[in-house]
Amino acid sequence: MTIGLLALQGDVREHAAAFADLGESVRAVRSPADLPGLAGLVVPGGESTTLSLLLGSSGLFEPLAELLVGGLPVLGTCAGMILLAGEVLDGRSDQRRFGVVDVTVRRNGYGRQLASFESELDVPVLGGGPLPAVFIRAPVVEAVGAGVEVLATLPGDGARAVACRQGRVLVTAFHPELTPDRRLHRLFVEMTKEERR
Amino acid sequence: MTDAARPDRPTGTFTVKRGLAEMLRGGVIMDVVDAEQAKVAEDAGAVAVMALERVPADIRRDGGVARMSDPALIEGIKAAVTVPVMAKARIGHFAEAQVLASLGVDFVDESEVLTPADEAHHIDKWAFEVPFVCGATNLGEALRRIAEGAAMIRSKGEAGTGNIVEAVRHLRSILGDLRRITTADATERYAWAKELQAPVGLVQEIAETGRLPVPLFCAGGIATPADASLVMQLGAEAVFVGSGIFKSSDPGRMAGAIVEATAHFTDAGLVAKVSTGLGQAMAGQEIGTLGVHLADRGW
Repeated sequence: MTIGLLALQGDVREHAAAFADLGESVRAVRSPADLPGLAGLVVPGGESTTLSLLLGSSGLFEPLAELLVGGLPVLGTCAGMILLAGEVLDGRSDQRRFGVVDVTVRRNGYGRQLASFESELDVPVLGGGPLPAVFIRAPVVEAVGAGVEVLATLPGDGARAVACRQGRVLVTAFHPELTPDRRLHRLFVEMTKEERR
Repeated sequence: MTDAARPDRPTGTFTVKRGLAEMLRGGVIMDVVDAEQAKVAEDAGAVAVMALERVPADIRRDGGVARMSDPALIEGIKAAVTVPVMAKARIGHFAEAQVLASLGVDFVDESEVLTPADEAHHIDKWAFEVPFVCGATNLGEALRRIAEGAAMIRSKGEAGTGNIVEAVRHLRSILGDLRRITTADATERYAWAKELQAPVGLVQEIAETGRLPVPLFCAGGIATPADASLVMQLGAEAVFVGSGIFKSSDPGRMAGAIVEATAHFTDAGLVAKVSTGLGQAMAGQEIGTLGVHLADRGW
């Protein structure tokens, strides 16, 4: 099985390294020709406005949207979460989104770079102690729909959701790929295997 | 330097500084002199904009002392776009950097394009929560800047010339020495540190990983989509375009074409397509005809 990494812009290499540590093979996705046969897809961190534009110009947006609506498992981190969200606040009006997870996110909701921070999260579904988390100009999850499972919240600030799952969609406001802890990527790999059964 | 009220959320760590640099990989950072240009850049897909008063080609033409921009200009650009905003401080001018940090810019470029403020010392970048990018012409210079706390390295190129040759020289020098160090044995690494005038710990680290501890971007002289493809294929991880966009005849199209060529840098057919009928690229200059070599600034 092969996991596709959307490789138009952003921190693709870190996701590749995480899956390599888990013994999973990956494929860079830059055009529709790269899509057939994927067991899952990762939308990495980057600039969501740039990714949105390149998704359009590469011809990837429509076929990817079809695959995601059809149930292709997908992991979105930071900008990836924005692109997968149902509603985006403070984005550009022409910003594309797949709308496959029922959350409302606010772009750069924690502030500009000077407000970027590290934290440790309690993620019960992963087990085994706190998960290190890096938030870079991160989106804030403002609202979560009824079908969405909140996997982790950030202490304080009204305990906002920072990791969510809905069906085969896994999204985080932070960057699990920037730390050596592989538990979140392992959870996603398990989601792609459940899907194949 | 974490907010005392939030000891559980450290800010300004090297991980979050370098993290923003990593998120910009594969993208194009564009020089803009006002909010209108910033919008053009964002519309074309820029991952970030660099706010400055004059693009390097104009700084070169006008001469005189080039300084940090007027804060009003930076505020205007911050308000106009949603992507990260960078701004330039003079080499060694830590007070300009403090001002930029207080304005809330996302990245500070300690830049040779401005007139240096200190002939011996670069800014102590560890003293700041805002991340810094610094230029380098070779690996030793890159490692000295990283030792001072830079979270991103870019080639210097020769800004404002529209001539890619210097950036290519810098990238080949940095990446060639990186490759050579990965084959050095433990004893030879000490000699490399001496030759590069760089900390041995950083030399040992790159010998193990085969790459710089921070992202390596290309800047200086990029004027066409093919220039972007060239430097990405050489090993740059993203590109800065200074004068190349707003000194071209159709900036919006040129900007979009360079974004596409950077994202799809191995796809020559796509680079050909986006290069077709782009209009005039900026007028270029031969390096041999220049009175001032900006890349010689910094040490």
